[in-house]
Amino acid sequence: MPLVKQGRITTDLFVHVADGAELPGDGAVLVTAERFLADPEALLRRSGKVGVIWPNSRNLEELVPHLDRLASVALVFPTFRDGRAYSQARLLRERYGYDGELRATGQILRDQFVFMTRAGFDAFEVKKDADADAFAATMKRYSVFYQPTGDGRVTALNRRMQLRHSESAGQ
Amino acid sequence: MYAYDELDRTLINERVSEFRDQVKRRLSGELTEDEFKILRLQNGVYLQLHAYMFRVAIPYGTLSSKQLRRFAHVARRYDRGYGHFTTRQNIQFNWIKLAELPDALADLAEVGIHAMQTSGNNMRNVTSDQWAGVAPGEIEDPRIWSELIRQHTTLHPEFSFLPRKFKIAITAAEHDRAAIKIHDIGLRLHKNADGETGFEVLVGGGLGRTPFIAKTIKPFVPGRDILSYIEAILRVYNQYGRRDNIYKARIKILVHELGIEKFAKEVDEEWKAMGDVGLTLDHTAIEEVRSRFSYPAYEKLPHMPDELKQAAHDKLFERWRKNSVSAHKVQGYSIVTLSLKPVGGPPGDATAEQMDAVADLADKYSFGEIRVGHEQNLALPHVAKRDLPALFKALDRLGLATPNVNLVTDIIACPGLDYCSLANARSIPIAQELTRRFANHDTADLIGRLHINISGCINACGHHHVGHIGILGVEKNGEEFYQITIGGRADENAQLGTLIGPAVPYAEVADVIEDIVEAYLALRDRPEELFVDTVKRLGVEPIRERVYATR
Repeated sequence: MPLVKQGRITTDLFVHVADGAELPGDGAVLVTAERFLADPEALLRRSGKVGVIWPNSRNLEELVPHLDRLASVALVFPTFRDGRAYSQARLLRERYGYDGELRATGQILRDQFVFMTRAGFDAFEVKKDADADAFAATMKRYSVFYQPTGDGRVTALNRRMQLRHSESAGQ
Repeated sequence: MYAYDELDRTLINERVSEFRDQVKRRLSGELTEDEFKILRLQNGVYLQLHAYMFRVAIPYGTLSSKQLRRFAHVARRYDRGYGHFTTRQNIQFNWIKLAELPDALADLAEVGIHAMQTSGNNMRNVTSDQWAGVAPGEIEDPRIWSELIRQHTTLHPEFSFLPRKFKIAITAAEHDRAAIKIHDIGLRLHKNADGETGFEVLVGGGLGRTPFIAKTIKPFVPGRDILSYIEAILRVYNQYGRRDNIYKARIKILVHELGIEKFAKEVDEEWKAMGDVGLTLDHTAIEEVRSRFSYPAYEKLPHMPDELKQAAHDKLFERWRKNSVSAHKVQGYSIVTLSLKPVGGPPGDATAEQMDAVADLADKYSFGEIRVGHEQNLALPHVAKRDLPALFKALDRLGLATPNVNLVTDIIACPGLDYCSLANARSIPIAQELTRRFANHDTADLIGRLHINISGCINACGHHHVGHIGILGVEKNGEEFYQITIGGRADENAQLGTLIGPAVPYAEVADVIEDIVEAYLALRDRPEELFVDTVKRLGVEPIRERVYATR
């Protein structure tokens, strides 16, 4: 499954470690929320980076105290119909100020890339190769956005008001 | 009318091109039907019994003549020459080919029409009073707010994959014509003691298999905060709404399970925690949207023009005028409702020829503007009273002057088993038969206001729970049966109807309805007492006794 990061397909430096499986001595790992919360300190003491796979039904407040020491948070889309992780992503970015990697995992299709990016995701475990290849083109699909989110894109309403302002300034 | 600017136009064109790509990927097999289903639903495309059905949004029920002509074009070019107006200010085309859908969308986009979020588990077309901006006594034009909310909810990056569909309706008049109490969020525009404009916010209304009337979650949210407050409701719902069972996934169930107080507290906490996230609508932002609504340059006209006096001797005209013409906020003007409920016809259908003709009449008599109401009728919102006689003649020729608005034959019905893959029973033929039974307009006048609503299954697209008489099709041992309720209503006093007796087979429905109406006529206090008021005063029992005594 290709990983898209910073707009292009990249090698995934993180290893998904299943519950009960032995941790590699070093290198970046992604572990489940249960495993992480059972002993966060032990995991964070390792030399490699640590990321947590956070279920979309679990309260983020358990994760918040650890955010500044995590290298990645992976939020889950069990099916692309299930949109809970969009809210979690926005809360992590916009309310809790998380600025590390925010990864989308699960059923990820190209048709979600724009929404996900706007919600704060910057890494995508894409299901189909063709969709991963189409990432850059897909991101160019939209140039107008109605809602403000933490991604900093200027909303249609703000663009209109800027335009109006510059028009009246020019008179 | 709201005028799209370059940004609005760009966005819908970008959406068309995305959908074109999705259809292409489906046709090539790159997308599975399971994946494509969600994507097409987000663009109003259902797979029905016989073909794809395409639902197009008419935000807050306002259309220009140019847009209506484009519907006629789509009906002719891509469908079978007609369209169907729904109970949520949409139009449906029933026979569209998948490969041609992107072209149909592109044609509509040229006139600022889209199909975004007319189905699927997202925020649906925002609906409002079809008399918005022209009804006397309105607080202010609710379409300004409807448009602000339309923009905010369109392609929302956080709320496009909700547990279930989500519908918002807005009213600004004392009499609720938008049925806000049966919506996921209902907004009632009003002014507080300081004269500030804001909203009473209701939440958790909805019909379907578990009907609920919406409850007030906050009596007053200032207009400037309405987007952030809606965002807070949606965020709570997106995270906690049930996803394990499609029948329990609407926000009404969450509100019911938590209780309105607990739900309101959750929303309030989220709202406070959000802080300033750029959603506050300052005066300039509201004025920016308001400035792109244009209003007719009304003339100073007499209250009672000569043309109207002269036409008063024409009985047919007078009957139509009394029934279909309503007061306008500007002297000398009227709001004219165009009945899409001809005797023997399917409720809400209009042919391409009718749409073109109505567009022409709108240009001639209504400043090029048409409205669509949830009762599945059209309206011309700015007709000079002096033009009423000429307009009547033209509408009559088109079959659009049936004087039955709000009467027993002004039936709301879903497409039912004739089109819909979810239906258990037929709706349209029941409606057609009832319009024939009550075809005599004098009888219908005598009966007075009476809303009949028909749904072909428990999903309740025909809003049967809130019909004065509600008819619900069910299936019993492979046969169509119908449950009948009475006493429901969808207005500011919204209430669910009560079952009157055992379900009856298809062939007996019209007889039972006739008996119910007869019982009402015998039991009403005086001719002015409406059906629904008689039911309220007496309860169901006396009517049940009369109707079922011989059954």
